[in-house]
Amino acid sequence: MTPQEIHDIIKSQFGEIILEAKLENVPDPSIKIQPEKIKEVSLFLRDDERTQFDVLMCLSGVDYKGKLGVTYNLFSMTLKHKITVKVEAPTETPNIPSVESVWKTANWHEREAFDMYGIHFEGHPDLRRILMPYDWEGYPLRKDYETPEFYNGMRVPY
Amino acid sequence: MGLLDQKFDSSNIVVTTLDNLLNWARLSSLWQMQFGLACCAIEMMAASASHFDMMRFGIIPRATPRQTDVMIVSGTVTLKMATRIKRLYDQMSEPRYVISMGSCANCGGPYWEHGYHVLKGVDRVIPVDVYVPGCPPRPEALIEGILKLQEKIRAESLAKKKVV
Amino acid sequence: MNETVHQEKISPTNGRSSTGKGLRTEEMVINMGPQHPSTHGVLRLEIVVDGEIIREVIPHLGYLHRCFEKHCEYMINYQQVVPYVDRLDYVASMNNEHAFVVAAERLLNIEIPERVHYIRIIMAELQRIASHLIAIGTFGIDMGAFTPFLHAFRDREKILDLFEMTCGARLLYNYMMIGGLSHDLPPQFIEKTKQFCVEFKQTLKEIDDLLNYNEIFIKRTANVGILPKDVAVNYACSGPMLRGSGVDWDLRRDDPYTLYDRFEWDVCIGKGENGTVGDVWNRHMVRQREMEQSVKIIEQAIVNIPEGDVKKAVPKRIRPVPGEIYSRTESPRGELGFYIVATDSLTPYRVKGRSPGFVNLSVINEISRGAMIADLVAIIGSTDIVLGEVDR
Repeated sequence: MTPQEIHDIIKSQFGEIILEAKLENVPDPSIKIQPEKIKEVSLFLRDDERTQFDVLMCLSGVDYKGKLGVTYNLFSMTLKHKITVKVEAPTETPNIPSVESVWKTANWHEREAFDMYGIHFEGHPDLRRILMPYDWEGYPLRKDYETPEFYNGMRVPY
Repeated sequence: MGLLDQKFDSSNIVVTTLDNLLNWARLSSLWQMQFGLACCAIEMMAASASHFDMMRFGIIPRATPRQTDVMIVSGTVTLKMATRIKRLYDQMSEPRYVISMGSCANCGGPYWEHGYHVLKGVDRVIPVDVYVPGCPPRPEALIEGILKLQEKIRAESLAKKKVV
Repeated sequence: MNETVHQEKISPTNGRSSTGKGLRTEEMVINMGPQHPSTHGVLRLEIVVDGEIIREVIPHLGYLHRCFEKHCEYMINYQQVVPYVDRLDYVASMNNEHAFVVAAERLLNIEIPERVHYIRIIMAELQRIASHLIAIGTFGIDMGAFTPFLHAFRDREKILDLFEMTCGARLLYNYMMIGGLSHDLPPQFIEKTKQFCVEFKQTLKEIDDLLNYNEIFIKRTANVGILPKDVAVNYACSGPMLRGSGVDWDLRRDDPYTLYDRFEWDVCIGKGENGTVGDVWNRHMVRQREMEQSVKIIEQAIVNIPEGDVKKAVPKRIRPVPGEIYSRTESPRGELGFYIVATDSLTPYRVKGRSPGFVNLSVINEISRGAMIADLVAIIGSTDIVLGEVDR
């Protein structure tokens, strides 16, 4: 199924939730949707006969300076097509519904995005830091992050 | 003792200093703590596997710090791991030695500048006896480091304080 | 001890009391790692056990979090990311480099000469063998068999000698460049690789005899840690984890990159000769059989390798078109993908490594629930994680 057809299916099912779509002349076609709809869209894309996106290949957080984004790279093992779904939320209130209940693999990916960017995934069963220590302050991969001078009495900079 | 085997007719006495005897015993059976941190751990494994065979120097990996003499810090020490390394070091019984293997453990290595979660050198938390440079050091380099440590132990004395 | 599936052994009263005769058991929390000989690095597991039976496994990661993604954002150009990519999965550096340069080349739209493709495939497959040898060797140690480890490392050293001939390094190579390779193959490489392929078939047989069909080994691994097909797909497991569960899926064949579609080889899946499909033994055997297939690919590649200049397509200045890409390749552990966001600057804006180890490890709680403590070591060994890429 071509990216354009997937785009049309989402559009006919959910109405005007697509904010932006880059479907041609890009290496990976992507569709940007409203953040509050991501869970419904995910569930639909997984279960619909025509799309059957059964694998979430990758979930990454991105800091767009002022906005925090999450990118979902979806793939269907049965139909062998791909699509990239993107959402964005303002840095002050980065609340995005969790897709953990749709793809279990999102559990750790979302914890990582929370750890690194502070994106709050609503409905995640166990949203705590995964890579950094539990008492770490700040979100290291944000563009305006500054490394602390000390952690637990150990000097951090060289 | 192979050299002296069956060279005596009756029971015998060998005269040496206590320092020499203890040092000889210590340096010939340096038991190593079996724990790897990162890339260097693979080279450490290669050094103790076939082809390099570190056991010929009396170095046997032990899984618990209580039974070990030397800790080879093989790889990047992160801030999260640093407290654990300190604790493992504290659990080792005296005399204990530390070999810092690879650039990361020496000074942070390639992660020295932007590594917000990397400890820039394991010597910030525990004292180090021998530094082995390289990213990662070849098994030969690690063996050289161990020979250096043996040299250092050979020069130790009960009378003088241990130089850290 | 492992003749029946463990799930059947759990008492229906959820372990709180047994058979109503007043013998009460309580749940206990055991810590395993970060310093533990069989966690394959600095993994820490918090295990909730009821007697010997595992109720829950809570992994704690991050003891080797080396800020890879932050470093990428500070590099002067894309090529400088390659040494850091090496250090992600330090057991299979060539495969990591391959994944990254393929991603960058797709992003930058670079056509590379055929000889480069062939050399990359040879290197990637040699590295796959080396990586699986470590996986199998250390897994043998976990199961109490020390000898296969020495045999595996003996042959791994032969592969490392080949790499050393080519680029001078044993473990972290920095060999592949965006658009080409840093060195051409040295003289005698082809000859020595041919010789290695012949010798290695003997080793495969040795490992079969020593380990894989050893009765004790089968008793310890068959029917342990069963990962069902649908769970594996929902958790996006990949590589031998997925194929061990009987899913016929390999990115080299199903989403081909470089020139893998030109070679004749088979995808190995768990068939359940011993135990059940998806258990530890079958995952282990997938790795064993993959090495055979890798030898097959190498043998075809060294015969057909064309002549050419390996540095012809290397760009002088890497300036990408703004955009983003998710590109994936099959590393020895599974699907290794890189998500790269490029702006018009020379530095990547964002690089995310989707490491197979991270995803494969997330399923551990699911598959070890109800197993014995001793079997947890087998389960961790069979996931074949490398903490460098799990924590990045």
